Amino acid sequence: MESSKTDAIISIIRQEFESEIVHIEQPYQLLTITFKPERIIEIIQFIYSHSELQFQFLTTLCGIHYPDQNQIAVMYQLHNLRTNQRIRLKIFLSADQPQVPTLTGIFSAANWMERETYDFFGVTFIGHPNLKRILNVEDMIFFPLRKEFPLEDQTREDKNDALFGR
Amino acid sequence: MRAEDSISPIVPPEEKQYSYLNLGPTHPATHGIFQNVLKMDGEVIVEAESTIGYIHRAFEKLAERRPFYQITPITDRMNYCSAPINNIGWHMTVEKLLGVEIPKRVQYMRVIIMELARITDHLICNAVIGVDTGALTGFVYMFQQREHVYEIYEEICGARLTTNLGRIGGFERDFSPKAWAKIEKFLKEFPEVLKEFEKLLVRNRIFMDRTIGVGGITAERALNYGFTGPNLRAAGVDYDVRVMNPYSSYEDFNFTVPVGTQGDTYDRFMVRQAEMWQSLSIIRQAIDKMPAGPNHADVPDFYLPPKEEVYNNMESLIYHFKIVMGETDVPKGEVYHSVEGGNGELGFYLISDGGRTPFRLHFRRPCFIYYQAYTEMVKGSMLSDAILTMSSMNVIAGELDA
Repeated sequence: MESSKTDAIISIIRQEFESEIVHIEQPYQLLTITFKPERIIEIIQFIYSHSELQFQFLTTLCGIHYPDQNQIAVMYQLHNLRTNQRIRLKIFLSADQPQVPTLTGIFSAANWMERETYDFFGVTFIGHPNLKRILNVEDMIFFPLRKEFPLEDQTREDKNDALFGR
Repeated sequence: MRAEDSISPIVPPEEKQYSYLNLGPTHPATHGIFQNVLKMDGEVIVEAESTIGYIHRAFEKLAERRPFYQITPITDRMNYCSAPINNIGWHMTVEKLLGVEIPKRVQYMRVIIMELARITDHLICNAVIGVDTGALTGFVYMFQQREHVYEIYEEICGARLTTNLGRIGGFERDFSPKAWAKIEKFLKEFPEVLKEFEKLLVRNRIFMDRTIGVGGITAERALNYGFTGPNLRAAGVDYDVRVMNPYSSYEDFNFTVPVGTQGDTYDRFMVRQAEMWQSLSIIRQAIDKMPAGPNHADVPDFYLPPKEEVYNNMESLIYHFKIVMGETDVPKGEVYHSVEGGNGELGFYLISDGGRTPFRLHFRRPCFIYYQAYTEMVKGSMLSDAILTMSSMNVIAGELDA
């Protein structure tokens, strides 16, 4: 990604949402902007319809659990297919009661991605048309991709992880 | 006026009753474990709801406890019709994180393997569209060709379906002369079969009547639904990861990106058909231009040393144990890498916290994202068309559920 293009994108977003930006970085040349969670949908709508940005393709959306900070991040990755520009937006929510408005109003693709994120991290997407578990069974009571959820049966004694370099 | 038009309906529309049909989870025509609850008015679908997750195996969670090289076999089991693309996509993600320079020869070998995988993926999909329209013959001949590709995989890595092919940094060994011979043989024989298959279906009146205008989607809706791959291209958008963000030296090859116009079943079929021809041409070019060089990059932390050296050389022994026990730490970082899989943009979003396993690994599975449009696409169509729409979207249960 050319740096002049990226700078242009950053300055356009800065002009509109200066107070919302928490952090900007570019890991492996992919522009990543962390925002405050409150106005995220408005921001995505803005970069969707702005004539110079036009991020009109939702590549992916997922959650990330940070147990040390007791936070859950939601990552949105968008793509401008005309200029081949990618952007990653992140918001950090409290892990106790993560809530964020839904993106389904802009992207139909967000429907199942948000259901998946709800299923695995317990993030509630306010306004989602059909927010229920998608891959796991419906009567499950926990959110399995959170770090505190154990991968293997903790009562087993025949498997000592220390011996297997884990 | 026909006779039935003159008869007033017995049931007024507001009291109309619908029947509900469970299509799946184990229905012979769905080619996988999907459930769709269909609200039917006679034979016409009024509403549909999909339930997925029947073969969910929590790959993203499993990956958080595995060293990087042990994640490769997990990726096999996503799109098992083109497992090598998933393997190589994952290797390239790790290589991107590590910042490894890959020798040209390895890149070209990877291109050959990935294009073979693409052919098998498209071949199955198109053959199955034929089956669903009642043409079983083509399927049998096409499946035999898949067998030949699997023999090539077998020669290269020993496995057939879930290949676990290659390593981080390159290949276990150079392709053997036998493997090259088999690739040549395939390149010679497959075009004949593909031509025959096209003669059987492409201008077949019955096939065209069954597929044209069935399960169509506009380019706008397809983009909004996050379609990628042949399904998006059938709708008329020429987005191909191989062209837009070339990886593994795809920029060295000449090929076109076939696009459709209607986004219907026939266009999806034709786009896949055209892509197989393009893949054959790419393989040919890669063989002709194949540079000499090593079959792996210099990454001793991840690439297993040769067995003789492990027995005779202290450093190699240490590396061998460190790799096998998954002791190697990787740099901190956050990386997204995508490849053009059989069904579209297959992405790996990897966050490493500097440990020996990923902190978080998210797979962007094209099937999962575009299958949600299915209910919208079949609304108002006949039941038999719904079956056809599903098979032409090439929904692979393993990739859908991860």
